[in-house]
Amino acid sequence: MARKVNLRIWRGDSTSGSLQNVEVDANEGEVVLDVIHRVQATQMGDLAVRWNCKAGKCGSCSMEINGKPRLACMTRMSSFEEGEEITVTPLRAFPVIKDLVADVSFNYKKALEIPAYEHPPELGPGEARMEQIDVERSQEFRKCIECFLCQDACHVIRDHEENKKSFAGPRFFIRIAELDMHPLDMLKNRQRTAQEEHGLGMCNITKCCTEVCPEHIRITDNAIIPMKERVVDVKYDPARWLGSKIRRREGS
Amino acid sequence: MTELERYTYDVLVIGAGGAGLRAAVEAREAGLRVAIICKSLFGKAHTVMAEGGAAASMGNVNGGDNWQVHFRDTMRGGKFLNHYRMAELHAKESPDRIYELEMWGALFDRTKEGKISQRNFGGHEYPRLAHVGDRTGLELIRTMQQKIVQLQQKDAREYGDAQANIRVFAELTITEIIKESGKIAGAYGYWREGGNEVLFEAPAVIIATGGVGKTFKITSNSWEGTGDGHALALKAGANLVDMEFLQFHPTGMVWPPSVRGILVTESVRGEGGVLTNTAGERFMFKYIPEVFKDKYADNEEEADRWYLDQDNNRRPPELLPRDEVARAINTEVKAGRGTEHGGVFLDVSQRIPAEIIKKRLPSMWHQFYELAGVDITKEAMEVGPTCHYVMGGVEVEPDTAAAVGVPGLYAAGEVAGGMHGSNRLGGNSLSDLLVFGRRAGMGAAAYVKSVTAVAVSDASVKAAAERIQTPFTNSGGENAYSLHQELQEITHNLVGIIRTGPELKDAIAKIVDIRARSKNVSVAGDRKFNPGFHLAFDLDNMLLVAESTAKSAIAREESRGGHTRDDFPGMNDKWRQVNHISSYNGSEVVVRQQALPAIPKELFDLFDIHELEKYMTPEEITKGGSN
Repeated sequence: MARKVNLRIWRGDSTSGSLQNVEVDANEGEVVLDVIHRVQATQMGDLAVRWNCKAGKCGSCSMEINGKPRLACMTRMSSFEEGEEITVTPLRAFPVIKDLVADVSFNYKKALEIPAYEHPPELGPGEARMEQIDVERSQEFRKCIECFLCQDACHVIRDHEENKKSFAGPRFFIRIAELDMHPLDMLKNRQRTAQEEHGLGMCNITKCCTEVCPEHIRITDNAIIPMKERVVDVKYDPARWLGSKIRRREGS
Repeated sequence: MTELERYTYDVLVIGAGGAGLRAAVEAREAGLRVAIICKSLFGKAHTVMAEGGAAASMGNVNGGDNWQVHFRDTMRGGKFLNHYRMAELHAKESPDRIYELEMWGALFDRTKEGKISQRNFGGHEYPRLAHVGDRTGLELIRTMQQKIVQLQQKDAREYGDAQANIRVFAELTITEIIKESGKIAGAYGYWREGGNEVLFEAPAVIIATGGVGKTFKITSNSWEGTGDGHALALKAGANLVDMEFLQFHPTGMVWPPSVRGILVTESVRGEGGVLTNTAGERFMFKYIPEVFKDKYADNEEEADRWYLDQDNNRRPPELLPRDEVARAINTEVKAGRGTEHGGVFLDVSQRIPAEIIKKRLPSMWHQFYELAGVDITKEAMEVGPTCHYVMGGVEVEPDTAAAVGVPGLYAAGEVAGGMHGSNRLGGNSLSDLLVFGRRAGMGAAAYVKSVTAVAVSDASVKAAAERIQTPFTNSGGENAYSLHQELQEITHNLVGIIRTGPELKDAIAKIVDIRARSKNVSVAGDRKFNPGFHLAFDLDNMLLVAESTAKSAIAREESRGGHTRDDFPGMNDKWRQVNHISSYNGSEVVVRQQALPAIPKELFDLFDIHELEKYMTPEEITKGGSN
């Protein structure tokens, strides 16, 4: 059942590195992470790779497989042709630490910049009432497993290191959208701060983030575009913005 | 070697899963400076894998529910080996803990009236699990992660430094808990990224490291479940209670081999999924134990009616507590009625419309479709038991979560013992970690305010540093990966779901042998993000835990919950009064017996006396509670 596969694994650190060829067994039903683990256990004991759940739920084993941002635990070996060479490299948009492990601390810094949820002070424990249909809009974004593949794929930072300072990236646009659509959140103007402080305007809607999302969150269509539209509304029609805000609060 | 990094905190929380984060929030809100240590990145803890929900008797779906019913279900599920006080606190406080999360921004699924919805689960009399589809654990982690970010934002505004009072140390392993003059003084460890060493000085340490699944071959646990906290506590002089009790979740994936063990949520059965063997028989009706006969339907018609009318029908036997279902599947497979991959069938496709399946069980659909090429809206899943949860753990004072015998040490969540007795009900772990995470934070805060911190001595630092260096100075020694595989084979074959005395004896000898060889583990490469180096320490922890489990298991000569002895089938009233206490004498794990705390009268009286007669001795029944 086992077949031999050729893997090209990037090995190195922040100073230098190169692709190394290894031949390794792959069994029926295995994913790329299984094969990397086999390399680790039999040929390269110190090969660095992050992983946790191995079921696509934690978002740890993010890497680039044949140049595409993927979760190694959800990429089946059977998706490659017989004899096809498989190249695994660390996430390109972030500095490498070692081998397949990248320094993703950028994302945790950005998380600190997004204002937190604000609960209505008058609503005590168990008093909140929300419709399922209303919570579902934010729930879509709360499915995010923080694999940061969208951040890695996004051209605004992938190819332009200098943009990182002023651009939070798709992961945090859906965080802002989630709070903006949260039926109870009290903080106003979230979409405007997304535009003015977190670089929403730099996104040119190429949908690369949506394509790589392992949770199939419709990042562009359901979070970024609606926020962009509302920013435009606000910019050109303050009365309309005020009206929509008041109606929304009364209804909640 | 680089210079030692030193930090001083009031409270050090080891583990950033649900219990650790909840404890950290509580200690910080009590005004203390808190460090949170995680082995992985922040937000990746195993809690994210919890699918079904958090049990809390809010009574939103069935108004008949209350803490007393939840308490009864928990004790029953644990076969009355639970510490009554933990089960009581848990049942009373979990609704508040759920509401609190909602006030921190969590978005649970709703009822028609707009309240938090609750779903059915094995062993729970009423629909009780607050949930978010089948990714409830992720919602808990994310909510608490974001709560911590909120606290950091507040500190950034007040002190100009987000990490002034609460800091997350991600990808750091703790190798030692340090005591001075009999009290907790801190902990020692290393950054996984660079291998450089770190000393934390803190008068209180909260262990919240989760489980031990990686000691077993087939497990739903991630690489992190290596029993670190169990082992750290043992070495620090704390006790472990009832380590023989391991929960084998009845439904793990069995095919393909690379996903073997990955969890299939109990919600599949809660939503109407049925178990069948290869003969097409819905076999669970054959496995309803005597003690549960009045609660579970003995025919398909009644079982199916229950989904529509729960007041007038008994529950389907697929929803028996997990230990019962796991044993039943094991028996079916052994009798030759299992699939070619050693599982049985779990099917929702015949009973629930495709669009409802995708809505209620989205990540299950996803998991099977992407990893096994199975569309669960059209075909049955293949499932079998997988090592999922350890009921045993650090012996604690229920009200404060303080580890017995070690001033300044606390434990909460899966790493703590007592709460679940011999078997945990699904949904009770997420509520457990909220209730006792908070209590550990409170307990540690009160302790810190009452003592003066003691400094860590140079001798302790030197000893801890030497231990970290050892795998590099050993040369040509054992390979940590191979020893880990050997251990997993032993636990799987000899300390697994069905056990016997001679096999356990064999297991103990083999574990002791591997532990001797593990002293000579040597590691290739350097300290920089080196998994082989990391595994050397994890292995040491797993070996100690496995020894504790095997020694507790050989001592308990009965079958109860997550401990089944082929040579001692059935429960024994006498054994219900016994806890097994593991301690470490510096060279091996020693197991002794200790009397289980007796249930006080007011809790005793919550039960039907005839039910208690199934579990307790006539003397206990006559006494009618402890006061």
